Amino acid sequence: MIFVRMVSMACLLCLAPLAARAVEPDEIMPDPRLEARARALSSELRCMVCQNESIDESHADLARDLRLLVRERLQAGDSDEQIRAFLVRRYGDFILLKPPFKLETWLLWGAPFLVLLTGAGIILVARRRQPRFAPANPLSEAERANLDAMLGDDGS
Amino acid sequence: MIVETGHYALVLALALALVNSILPVWGSIKGDRQLMAVAPPAALMGFGLVAYAYLALTMAHVQSDFSLINVVENSHSAKPLIYKITGVWGNHEGSMLLWVLVLSLFAAAVAVFSRSMPEDLRANVLAVQSWIAAAFLLFILLTSNPFARLAVAPAEGNDLNPLLQDPGLAIHPPLLYLGYVGLSITYSFAAAALISGRIDAVFARYVRPWTLIAWIALTLGIAMGSYWAYYTLGWGGFWFWDPVENASLMPWLAATALLHCTAVMEKREALKLWTIFLAILAFSLSLVGTFLVRSGVLTSVHAFASDPTRGVFILLILVIFIGGSFALFALRAGALKQGGLFSPVSREGALVLNNLLLTTCCATVFIGTLYPLALEAVTGEKISVGPPFFNLTFVPLFIPLFILMPFGQLLPWKRGDLAGVAQRLAIAFAGALIFTAVVAAWRGGPAVSVILSGIAFYVIAGSFVDLGRRVFGGGISAGLVSQRVRGLPRHAFGTAFAHAGIGVTLLGLAATGWGAEKITTLKPGEQVEIGPYELTFESIVPRNGPNYSELVGRTVIRAKGVVAATIEPATRFYPARGMNRSEAGIATLGLGQVYMSIADAAPNGAVNARIFWKPLVALIWIGALVMAFGGCLSLSDRSFRVGIARRARKVQAPSPQPAE
Repeated sequence: MIFVRMVSMACLLCLAPLAARAVEPDEIMPDPRLEARARALSSELRCMVCQNESIDESHADLARDLRLLVRERLQAGDSDEQIRAFLVRRYGDFILLKPPFKLETWLLWGAPFLVLLTGAGIILVARRRQPRFAPANPLSEAERANLDAMLGDDGS
Repeated sequence: MIVETGHYALVLALALALVNSILPVWGSIKGDRQLMAVAPPAALMGFGLVAYAYLALTMAHVQSDFSLINVVENSHSAKPLIYKITGVWGNHEGSMLLWVLVLSLFAAAVAVFSRSMPEDLRANVLAVQSWIAAAFLLFILLTSNPFARLAVAPAEGNDLNPLLQDPGLAIHPPLLYLGYVGLSITYSFAAAALISGRIDAVFARYVRPWTLIAWIALTLGIAMGSYWAYYTLGWGGFWFWDPVENASLMPWLAATALLHCTAVMEKREALKLWTIFLAILAFSLSLVGTFLVRSGVLTSVHAFASDPTRGVFILLILVIFIGGSFALFALRAGALKQGGLFSPVSREGALVLNNLLLTTCCATVFIGTLYPLALEAVTGEKISVGPPFFNLTFVPLFIPLFILMPFGQLLPWKRGDLAGVAQRLAIAFAGALIFTAVVAAWRGGPAVSVILSGIAFYVIAGSFVDLGRRVFGGGISAGLVSQRVRGLPRHAFGTAFAHAGIGVTLLGLAATGWGAEKITTLKPGEQVEIGPYELTFESIVPRNGPNYSELVGRTVIRAKGVVAATIEPATRFYPARGMNRSEAGIATLGLGQVYMSIADAAPNGAVNARIFWKPLVALIWIGALVMAFGGCLSLSDRSFRVGIARRARKVQAPSPQPAE
């Protein structure tokens, strides 16, 4: 019985395609600050062969290679900016999950402001066109005296 | 045989939808009551036919009828029954059929529950709904027919994607579709109002329950989808700003704004243009979402595999319905009579600001999702717009909304006093400041988490300030309080809970900054510490399921030596598709969770384990439940069940009796 269990376990382990897991223990760098930087950088880099995942999350082999590459560069002392620039030179802007600030993306980054301002502008213009609250004609003396008499002069 | 009748029923439904698109509108233009009366029975019959077609498809899946392409591609005879039934909507063709089913369900519901609605309004609403149904039925029959057959039936099917073989599949899609497609009713109402040129409090009174139903369903659907991704994908992420997720968030934002507008319209007949605009926008975003998911235009883990013909067809539908409705809006908006006036500092003013912010959030998500596509089309350059962009733009837009919410609840209609309201909210401000200080001292942690949790407290406390004043304002005696509670309209409670709900979600989101993560290799018998817990990885055991084999790693969680829970993270192999899937081991301890996933089992029993401690994470989804609860409270409000007065049946005049 135990033999059967062992054989079936061995078969399972051989048959199961061992997908590389996101950030395996052997990738973790000994320096926790560098590791934290590596994780932060990885979460901003796209896995190029996956459907919309970062290399930090992805199981793919390319993701693992890129994670190791990032850690290698960090170990060599590169700054975050330099590592990003290096990857962009290799793979293009597509690899950055945070779109770069450049001429082609000003509309993207400016969109929230533009929409907010346009919306506010439309609302203000529409309000100008609306008829305002008409100021009520103040009561004349006679009318006020009349009112007070009716209310019994107690001011309520 | 049943499958063929199901197919035929679908064609009949298309014919009926075409009929129902034309006759009632003609009737309402001509004032012909008989033509208008065609709409309700036609809607009911249409629903019956589509329901029959859907049941026929389900039967084919349950019986593993492999002569149908749809069954071959998505099913397997060894698949558990629940996934045979729910897997019907786990693919493009089946889910489109579900889409049309929900569409006709809502049409039938309007036909049944609106006896007291003005005839021409009902006729127009059902007619517009039938246009949409006809368009999508045509789409299904021409490009995505679930009843397509194979000449030679294979012996076995390809099984459902293992990622989908999960109880979440039974809950998430139907709720989402009830939400998305439920917004079609508000669209139909808006279009009907534009056609007839009349929009008033009656309109708002009828639109509001449908908007609420769609909103509640969408809230729960999105929350369920998020929770499903969280426990299935293995690294505890619950929102990725994926295009398909954004496609569900955008209608939600528009629907939230719409919900507030209908409340205003009902009370004050103001914000008419906003209401119509948002009603059209919300459903248009649902349609855009449908397009994004099914056309293959954007890459996403969620997207259905589809071909370009379908994309073009849906695009055509989008152009006709969205373009047409906005054109109608532009043409007819001027004819709508202006409603009540209000000063900028008033509840209406706060709601206008609310609409502005929500629409901006919506536009940001829209532009972020579609920008890579547009840029590539125009300049050929490829960029990515991922979570960092959305976190930087969406969150700063939502913070003012959080601050605004309690103000909006307390401001009176027409003209309000900001200082007075701020004074009444002082207790919420003070409470939030104290809470922030306590949290900062106790947890420390990232500043963002501390600040957001303070804002969350403010939102939750602020939601109940108005209610508190009304209930406890006259004294604290039990009798008086219970009398006041019973006297308050349900929607007052509904508002408070719905607003508090999003505060609860915010607290859960803030708490993600205080979690801990460990990635390590574990051998049986090894221990690891995370947060306040010690985990002992006891054993790794192979097991067999109905259509998979798995390795289960049993782990015991202890807090200070006392056993708190046992979890069994596993990694599964589905032979039919040759795919792996990990099953996370999750223990909910208090409001937080210990989350563990394993992989890469080595021959000596060692596994790579990823362990998280996530304090207060359950609040994220509890908040959504509280929001939905608030929505249900509002929905059950008596005022929705009181209809417009109908002419009573003539009472028999007593016949004069001669005096005895």
